[in-house]
Amino acid sequence: MNVTLEGETVVALKPVFGYLHRNHEKLAEGMSYLGSMPYTDRLDYICPLTNNWAYALAVEKLAGIEVPERAEYLRVILAELTRIQNHAAFLGFVLGDMGAWGTALMYAFRERERILDFFEELTGARMMVNFMRFGGCRWDTPAGWLEEVRKFVKGVPNFLDEMEKLLVENEILLARLVGVAPLSGKRAIEGGLSGPPLRASGVDYDIRKVDAYGIYSRFRFRIPRGEYGDCYDRFMIRIHEARESVEILKQALDEIPEGPVLNPKIKQRGFRPPPGEVYARLEAPKGELGFHIISDGTDRPYRYRVRPPSLINLTLLEEMCIGAKIADVMVILGSIDIVLGEVDR
Amino acid sequence: MTDQVFKSIIEKYPDKDIRFLENSSPSGQHSLLVPPEIAVDVAYFLRDCLGFDYCSNVTGVDWINGVKKGIWKSDSNEEIDGGKSGFLEVVYHLYSVQKKVGPLILRVRTKTREDRPELPSLTPVWKSAEFQEREVFDLFGIWFGGHPDMRRLLMWEEFEGHPMRKDYIPPDDYEYEPTPHGQILERIKTKAGKTE
Repeated sequence: MNVTLEGETVVALKPVFGYLHRNHEKLAEGMSYLGSMPYTDRLDYICPLTNNWAYALAVEKLAGIEVPERAEYLRVILAELTRIQNHAAFLGFVLGDMGAWGTALMYAFRERERILDFFEELTGARMMVNFMRFGGCRWDTPAGWLEEVRKFVKGVPNFLDEMEKLLVENEILLARLVGVAPLSGKRAIEGGLSGPPLRASGVDYDIRKVDAYGIYSRFRFRIPRGEYGDCYDRFMIRIHEARESVEILKQALDEIPEGPVLNPKIKQRGFRPPPGEVYARLEAPKGELGFHIISDGTDRPYRYRVRPPSLINLTLLEEMCIGAKIADVMVILGSIDIVLGEVDR
Repeated sequence: MTDQVFKSIIEKYPDKDIRFLENSSPSGQHSLLVPPEIAVDVAYFLRDCLGFDYCSNVTGVDWINGVKKGIWKSDSNEEIDGGKSGFLEVVYHLYSVQKKVGPLILRVRTKTREDRPELPSLTPVWKSAEFQEREVFDLFGIWFGGHPDMRRLLMWEEFEGHPMRKDYIPPDDYEYEPTPHGQILERIKTKAGKTE
């Protein structure tokens, strides 16, 4: 970021991108459809499973593929676990940005590490999971995995309570967050914000409800919203959202049926969708993650585009930072929650 | 819902060449092809009168030899089916946060691929297009007239070419530095380089 200051006040700010650019889109246009699946892990490397799902969702829409019931439930469970660990990491990182280095991050990563252990047990990798396939998931859960997740999910509210107590009653934290960089809901929509930063500004818009992709229409959950759109709202909304994720997880773990997890009719290697175009999106932990694919009927996509929530959520960064103090810039940037693997692609 | 929107736009500009492109894949996402001269007008109409307040995704497509066959069921538009000269295209995916509808797909096409083709920018209408139009300029080379800050986004300023174009040839090595390796190999071939 190029920041221009007047004393300690920010008067101009220009983000500079591209230091992690590897042209994911060009690479994907040169390989088979399935070949891009492991690469989507590297977009937002904090939450690879939602990236996998978004890509699989786009291809499934493009080719009209059915997904088995159990795979849908498994996807929801994995996506919500991803959301919890992303938000936990977020809390730790932002507190680290504010100078509370160490303690908060260790608390957050303790929970995150447990979830990554589940991912490792299921997929074989902590972060680069490569787990979703067109028409389901790669394989079924190992014996006892769901039981372990169920036990773990019961304990998540305790962690969130602990974090919330640490936050709500901490005077320094309140001084750093309350009233910093407020953003109106109207402006947030204009700026294309999505996900938690949009809802923190009071906009009732969650793609899980609006599009009801997958089987989200079957679950009861609420959409937390902020009131003022300041850093504190953006901060607290993550905790509330994680609580709702726990609710979804409980329902999904109770209802998950037996059955296959992969549609056997789909030929994964050498996959050829019919010609056409699709834009599919889902509510990733950081916002709206979309994939735009144009197929010309061959085994490679003609056009492959990722709509990165992290990049587009930065559109209003300059507006939010102008007039703020230089020390607040890190907090404002942190409260948007970006991952550079996704910003630059 | 989106079909009505398409209808109302086509009715609003009866003398313009607005085309409805019907997607032939199971996704069923149809789009509207708008001539560049009225793109900004249509955008304001969509935002202010029809409530499409959220521009989610902006992207470019390089149709190097014209549009591929079979993507859209557009029998009445012959040049769309594999015309000889290629062109570039910008695609906007619009949503309405208030009415919770979408996506509405708006496409704008350039006439040629050469000489830095220009299209009107929709950033004044939807702020969220700002970075994405910069990215389209960077990777496809479409200049957006009326954009407040038209620069490259991901590549560096001195970079030449537009990597997402289909005819772009990537260099073998971006950071080539001469090393003594080649010289040593050459010397080994001669008598002086042999140790025995």
